[in-house]
Amino acid sequence: MADGSRPVEDLHLRNLSKKFGDVAAVDDLTLTIPAGSFFALLGASGCGKTTTLRMVAGLEDPTGGTISIGDKDITGLRAFERPVNTVFQSYALFPHLDIFENVAFGLRRRKVKDVSAQVEQMLALVELGPMARRKPAQLSGGQQQRVAVARALINRPDVLLLDEPLGALDLKLRRQMQIELKRIQVEVGTTFVHVTHDQEEAMTMADTVAVMNSGRIEQLGHPADIYELPRTVFVANFLGQSNLIQGAPAGHSGDDVLVSAFGETFAVPAARSFAVGTDVIVGVRPEKMTILDLVDEHRVPEAHNRVHGRVTDVSYTGVSTQYLVMTPWDQELIVFEQNVVVGDRCEVGDEVVVHWSTQHTFGLDGSAGTSVGVDPEVLALEAAAQALIADAPES
Amino acid sequence: MRWLRRNLIGIIAILVLVYLFIPIAVVIALSFNNPSGKFNTSWNEFSLDAWKNICGVPGVCSSFVTSIQIGLVSTLIATLLGSMIAFGLVRYRFRGRGTTNLLIFLPMATPEVVMGASLLALFLNLRFPLGMGTVMVAHIMFIISFVVVTVKARLQGMDPRLEEAARDLYASPRATFRYVTFPLVLPGIIGAALLGFSLSFDDFIISFFNAGTLVTFPIFIWGAAQRGIPVQVNALATLVFVVALLIVLGAQFVGNRRRKALEAPVPEPILVDRLSRS
Repeated sequence: MADGSRPVEDLHLRNLSKKFGDVAAVDDLTLTIPAGSFFALLGASGCGKTTTLRMVAGLEDPTGGTISIGDKDITGLRAFERPVNTVFQSYALFPHLDIFENVAFGLRRRKVKDVSAQVEQMLALVELGPMARRKPAQLSGGQQQRVAVARALINRPDVLLLDEPLGALDLKLRRQMQIELKRIQVEVGTTFVHVTHDQEEAMTMADTVAVMNSGRIEQLGHPADIYELPRTVFVANFLGQSNLIQGAPAGHSGDDVLVSAFGETFAVPAARSFAVGTDVIVGVRPEKMTILDLVDEHRVPEAHNRVHGRVTDVSYTGVSTQYLVMTPWDQELIVFEQNVVVGDRCEVGDEVVVHWSTQHTFGLDGSAGTSVGVDPEVLALEAAAQALIADAPES
Repeated sequence: MRWLRRNLIGIIAILVLVYLFIPIAVVIALSFNNPSGKFNTSWNEFSLDAWKNICGVPGVCSSFVTSIQIGLVSTLIATLLGSMIAFGLVRYRFRGRGTTNLLIFLPMATPEVVMGASLLALFLNLRFPLGMGTVMVAHIMFIISFVVVTVKARLQGMDPRLEEAARDLYASPRATFRYVTFPLVLPGIIGAALLGFSLSFDDFIISFFNAGTLVTFPIFIWGAAQRGIPVQVNALATLVFVVALLIVLGAQFVGNRRRKALEAPVPEPILVDRLSRS
C-alpha cells in the first residue's frame, strides 16, 4: 500500500477456466499480474476478459484453477471476503445513498471507525468534496465515474478491478479520465486490473497489456513492445492496423528469413519471425512505410522491402496522409505518411513503390489467414464495397 | 369564437374535474347538515352535531374501527407474504414458476361476487365460523395479488449490479439485503401496502358474503341506507377523505422537494484546469 501498512503482492491466476455450458469463456489462463502495476486485459466483447475479472472479484465461480494474491489462495473466498474491489461498468452507485455514504459503504460494512475523515480524504483525491451530500443521479457521468473509483479505492484493496470503466463517457471526457485514473493509480500504488475493448485506452494507460482472444491470452507485454512486434495475426490486427501479406518460406539470407509472396521476396529478421510452418505472413505497420513515385525507385535503400502498386485512395487527415495502394495481386495496403513537407503528395492513379526497413518487418504464422482479429463489421463493409464495385457498370 | 377555441381544453378539463368532485363535495357538505327528515339528501340547515358527536349513532364507530382493524391486519400479512412471493418469483428459477406467475393474477381477474360466494361455500363446508377471521382470510387473499404484482415490478426494475457492488464492498448476503436490496424495494412495498389497505377498507361484496354477524363500515352503511344514513357516516367519510388527501399531498411534497434538489445546478470541478497545468 502507499501508506506502507501492508505490502502489495502479485496477483496470480493459475490454469483458470470458466465454462458456461459447453462454451469455455476462459480457457486455462495462467497469468501473473505484478504488484502495483497498471494491467490491461484487452479484447473484443466475448473474449473472456470480463469473466476473468468477475472471477477475480468473486462474482463468478471458476470451473477450474486457482486465484491467489501473494501466497494467499482466494479462490474459495466469497466476494465480500476478498481484498479486491471493483469499479463496475456504468458504476452501479447506490441510488438511495448520497455520495458520502456510497463511498463509506465498504468501511461501514467492515465496521471501520472514524469513517468520515477517510471519506473526506478520498473525496478530495477525486475532487468531489463539495458533492458529498448529493445523490448519484445529481452528478454528471464523469463525476459518477470518480465516485465509483473512490468507493472502491477507499477500502485500500490489494487489487482494484476496473470493468470498462470509461465505456459510458463521451470521447473527450474519456481522454481526461484516462489521465486522471493513471494519476490516481500512481498516487495510491494499488494494482489496477483494467478490462477494455478499446486498444488505444489500454495502450495509453497500462504498463502491461494482455491481448485476449477466445478465452486465452494471445500476447502479453509492454504496449510498445506488443505494437512493434505482434506475435500473432490476431494481435497484429486487433492492436492498431497492420499490412499483412500471405507467403511461403524461401530460405535464409544472413540473419534474415526470406519469404516469397506473389513473386516478390521479403526479408524478415530471424528474431522477428514467429512463423513455424509452411504458411508465413509478412507484416508491417502502416506508419513504418514510405511511399515513392515509381520514377524515384532508385532512392529506395538496398536493405528495404518493397512493393509496387497504384494509389487508389488518398485521405488527408492533417497530421498525416493515409494512402491506399493496390498491389499487382489485388491487395490494398495502407500507408500513413507524416505531413512533414507541404505539397508533393501522391495522387490517386499514381504508379508508386512502397518500401520499408526489414527491421520493421515481422513474420507471423499464416495458417489461419490474414484477417483474424479484424473487426467483423469492417470485413462485412469491405465485402459490401467489393460487391458494389463489381456490380457498377463500366464507365 | 377564437377565445373558445383557445380555451376549449381548459373548459373541458374543469367540467371533468367538477364531475369527479361534486359527489365528494356533496358528501362533505352534507356532513354539516341537520336533515329535516330521516334521509340526509337535501340541505336543511348548518349544524356541527354529527362532528361533535361522531359516534352518536350505535354501530357507526364500532364498524369503522372493525374495518380499520381488518384493513391493518390483512394488509400487514398480505404485504409480508406478497413481498416474499415476489422475491421468490423474481430471484429463483423453479418448477411451476410460470404457473405461479399466472395463478397470482387470478384473484384480480375473478369477479368479486364469484369470489365472495365461493369463499363462503368453502368456509361453510369446512364449518369454519364466519366473522373477522374469515373476512381477513378473504382480504389477505386478494391483496396478495396486488402486492406481488407491485413488488415484482420494482424488483425486476432493479439493476442486479447494485447487489453485486454491495457484495464486492464487503456486504454479506444479509447486509446486502438490509442496506441495498430492501431500501431499494421499500417504496414498492409501501405503495403496495397503501393500495392493499384501501382495497380492504373499501371492500363490500366479498366481506358481505363472509362476515357472518360481523359489521364492517361498508356493511354498516349498506344496512343504514335502507333506513336513512346517519349524518355521522358523512362525517367519518369526510375524515377518511381528508386523511387520504393529506397522505397524497405529503407524498407530492416530498417528491417535489427531491425533484428540486435534483435540478439544482451542480458546479463542475476544475478538472480540466488542473490537468492542463500538470
